[in-house]
Amino acid sequence: MAESKPDTRRLAALASGARLSRSQVLGLVLALAGAVVLPSFISDYRAFQYTMVLIYAIAVLGLNILTGYNGQFSLGHAAFYAIGAYTAAIMMEQWGIAYYWTLPVAGIVCLVVGFLFGLPALRLEGLYLALATFALSVATPQLLKYDPISPWTGGVQGVTITKPDPPFGLQISQDRWLYYFALAVLIVMFVCAWNLLRGRTGRALKAIRDNPIAASAMGVNTALYKSLTFGVSALYTGVAGALGAIAIQFVAPDTFNFYLSVTFLVGVVIGGLASIPGAIFGGLVIVFIPNFAEQVSKAAPWAIYGVFLILFMYFMPTGIWGFIRLLYARFTRGRLATGTPRATHTETAATNAKRRNA
Amino acid sequence: MKTQQRLLVAAAAAALALGAGTAAAAKMYGPGVTDTEIKIGNTNPYSGPASAYGTIGKGIAAYFKMVNDNGGVNGRKIDFISLDDGYSPPKTVEQMRKLVEEERVLLDFQSLGTPTNTAIHKYMNAKKVPQLFVATGAGAWNDPKHFPWTMGWQPSYPGEAEIYAAYLLKNKPDAKVGILYQNDDYGKDYLNGFLKGLGKHAKKMVVAKESYEVTDPTVDSQIIKLKDSGADTFFNITTPKFAAQAIRAAYDTGWKPLQFLNNVSASIGSVLKPAGEDKSVGLITTAYIKDATDPQWNDDADMKAWNEWMDKYNPGADKTNSNYVYAYAVSYTMTEVLKRAGNDLTRKHIMYVASHLKDLKVPLLLPGITITTSPTDFAPIQCEQLAKFDGQKWVLFGDVICPK
Amino acid sequence: MDQFLQQTFSGLAFGGIYACVALAVVMIYQATDHLNFAQGEMAMFSTFIAYSLLHHGLPYWWAFLLALAISFVGGVLVERIVVRPVEGTGVLNEVIVFIGLLAIFNSMAGWIWDYTIKPFPSPFPKHVPFGITFVGPHEFGVIGVTLVVLAAVFLFLRLTPVGLAMRAAAQNPDSARLVGIRVGWMLALGWGLAAAIGAVAGIMVAPIVFLEPNMMQGILLYGFAGALLGGISNPVGAVVGGFVVGVLENLVGTYVPFIGSQLKLSVALVLIVTVLVFRPSGLFGYVVVKRV
Repeated sequence: MAESKPDTRRLAALASGARLSRSQVLGLVLALAGAVVLPSFISDYRAFQYTMVLIYAIAVLGLNILTGYNGQFSLGHAAFYAIGAYTAAIMMEQWGIAYYWTLPVAGIVCLVVGFLFGLPALRLEGLYLALATFALSVATPQLLKYDPISPWTGGVQGVTITKPDPPFGLQISQDRWLYYFALAVLIVMFVCAWNLLRGRTGRALKAIRDNPIAASAMGVNTALYKSLTFGVSALYTGVAGALGAIAIQFVAPDTFNFYLSVTFLVGVVIGGLASIPGAIFGGLVIVFIPNFAEQVSKAAPWAIYGVFLILFMYFMPTGIWGFIRLLYARFTRGRLATGTPRATHTETAATNAKRRNA
Repeated sequence: MKTQQRLLVAAAAAALALGAGTAAAAKMYGPGVTDTEIKIGNTNPYSGPASAYGTIGKGIAAYFKMVNDNGGVNGRKIDFISLDDGYSPPKTVEQMRKLVEEERVLLDFQSLGTPTNTAIHKYMNAKKVPQLFVATGAGAWNDPKHFPWTMGWQPSYPGEAEIYAAYLLKNKPDAKVGILYQNDDYGKDYLNGFLKGLGKHAKKMVVAKESYEVTDPTVDSQIIKLKDSGADTFFNITTPKFAAQAIRAAYDTGWKPLQFLNNVSASIGSVLKPAGEDKSVGLITTAYIKDATDPQWNDDADMKAWNEWMDKYNPGADKTNSNYVYAYAVSYTMTEVLKRAGNDLTRKHIMYVASHLKDLKVPLLLPGITITTSPTDFAPIQCEQLAKFDGQKWVLFGDVICPK
Repeated sequence: MDQFLQQTFSGLAFGGIYACVALAVVMIYQATDHLNFAQGEMAMFSTFIAYSLLHHGLPYWWAFLLALAISFVGGVLVERIVVRPVEGTGVLNEVIVFIGLLAIFNSMAGWIWDYTIKPFPSPFPKHVPFGITFVGPHEFGVIGVTLVVLAAVFLFLRLTPVGLAMRAAAQNPDSARLVGIRVGWMLALGWGLAAAIGAVAGIMVAPIVFLEPNMMQGILLYGFAGALLGGISNPVGAVVGGFVVGVLENLVGTYVPFIGSQLKLSVALVLIVTVLVFRPSGLFGYVVVKRV
């Protein structure tokens, strides 16, 4: 009876994602608790796998900020991942700096590089931006192998990294420590992203994505936002790269190729475009689907992987997180469903596609 | 009283220890070993850019199947678990950790690739798991002092390159050499070995160096450049697909240099036939394994056994693909090591056996080439022989060359 | 001078392949507004089909035509069955489906025909007409075939009613439907044609690079670059773009001094991107003016 005016504001806040509903908070707490106790129940190898899930989740979130929230199509994030990884490798092995300092440095380096890349990319739309970023991906291994810089980068041989020990003499394995470290980094970065995206910045980004002309007509500095978003997106992926290097203990130039960029994109879309929890699912998908595919078919595992991708797109077009929200909305009919995120549109593509439903 | 009891216990213990000293009775098992099976792990590129080498993994699996059908090794069947790493080092790390920590294999046998094995190099040695007979010729695997658990099998790439260099210095010291190499650690390993082999003459003799990426569609442009540099000798450091392209291009552009082809791509069926046998005449390579298409081995007992194995366990497979010969020989070596370990199948003892092989004769290795290892020598095969292609087969010439 | 000509012609020869792939890419783009990442793998698969036909004894040109026909049908089926369910759900969803197709075609080819390289015959006579020596007979044939295919596509799109219907369906589906054009089938036709063109590209390239499941991957990269450089909305532009990319890559690798072959791919791509920054729709593309 009394649910009227005061709730409008609350509903609006919930709708824009600025506040979390009670059930969302509950879900978050449960997920966090699960993540914290997980290593105690699994082997070191599994802890390593889940560490990779967390790392890829951060990278996927980075790409999601750019592609999901801001509509800029990037096929070049392997380059930023590589920059982060090599920053960590060079700092740790050549200069003997502790591993935790590598993360902020990797982040800042990638922020700058991403921003600088974002500037000329402003002129490019949709496909052409995709090509430019794709060029970045393809060029990265070659650049890393370039002879004159190989004293630092290790050239074709790459760099082996020593695994860090748990601090304060904690009696846990290195793998478990790395897991907690990655988890802590993830929580910090996800909270920052949430903060960033729920306020004016987030709205500005989405406005630019959905209708750039209207956005700039409204006074949004499109150019600045777009370049900054590139930088921030690169920062996230770079930090993930640094963590990845520490976890795997080895960086080699040929791994950071176009297919890595595609993998991130797959994580973004299947996890859930324009969603923060979707990034976690993206990480899970990247790590576990190939393994699962190999179990299904030893002979042609990538065919199974391809089939999975296609099936996901048929049955969960808004990604896993979008699907979960749909289910939740169905179960809680009548209560506010905060709406499924729209797929990324590029101006021509979306309108044409919609019109063309044969 | 007490002292007497103690003496009795000590005597009994001593007697037991002596009795347990007899080899047959003592059963010491490492992880993955039971009375009836031995678990062996492996990573191979069954997908991705290096997937052509996946036939090695298949060949090994087929060999172990034959061993198992004949009763296994000392009564134990070999459970060969081979996982796909797509030639990607992070994936190799993941798969190897799975094999070691989850599947609990006894050892890693013949994991393929240089960057992939480099990625797990430290891990395997830290965990004290044998990284045996790795499928790569990089020089880094022969370092028992720092990496006592890692051992190669095939002759090293630098060693092979030095043989070519020595040949040139002796037979064509005024040669002008152009080099095409794959821009990764395998290619660089050969390149550096070659330059080292030429020593102070390298600067004068090497007139051009061109690299290519595995993602390049073709190497025609590089060949044109090499031809234009005035080189009359060509060191071809390429993997099979690019080797075939390079051989054909070198001929078609009218260059026709004295050409050295790295052993990695010396397969007649996979490389020379596609390139064109007429265009491959005069190619020089080194060999340590018999060529299945060479008629001189038609009556060789080992080659006959190999053919039977191919017919029975790899039906329909291409017999001109030298990967199957390689797989047979290296699997024989592994089986022999396991056999000699007897009932002491701990990781430490396996490494001990592997590092104490003296003149082991392995089927399908060229006559005069045997396997020798020692605690300071983790390079099982070091000797090779030069061979020249006559349009139909590789003709061995010269002596078997062993590094000093 | 001699090397310059050789590199240029070698670049043109390869440019012909890139141009053919670029044409297939543009074909699908014109029909669907998307870059089909699986184009290269489909072309490779078609080439393997041709290879199997040849090994069953069919003479070359029969195998060629039959492979083209099978590819055409295959393309239509892929569009109708696999791509249709995600049409309209967003660019990225479709991209993921294309990536899935890429993985499937590549893996299936490896499973059926394995990964060892196979030689593929060239249909062209052994010597080049007009006494040209800088380019081999097959490469010369490739350039010729590309130009023929381009002409055929151009004429089809411009001069036939079906071609007109296809262009209409792509540019303005709603109006096209109002006029009675079956837009869905136009899409499928576009895919079929693109698959057929891709098959031509694959069959042309296999004799040069040898047939194996991964053979098109490097080429697809350049094909995309060529298509975008020339302008994705323009078939002629795509072909020109393909040729330019081929020549550019060779010349950069040869003549830019401190780079050599180690960075030639990177430099070529940087140059392309630079061009795009100044001409965002490609060299010959139509500039899309957005109305508010």
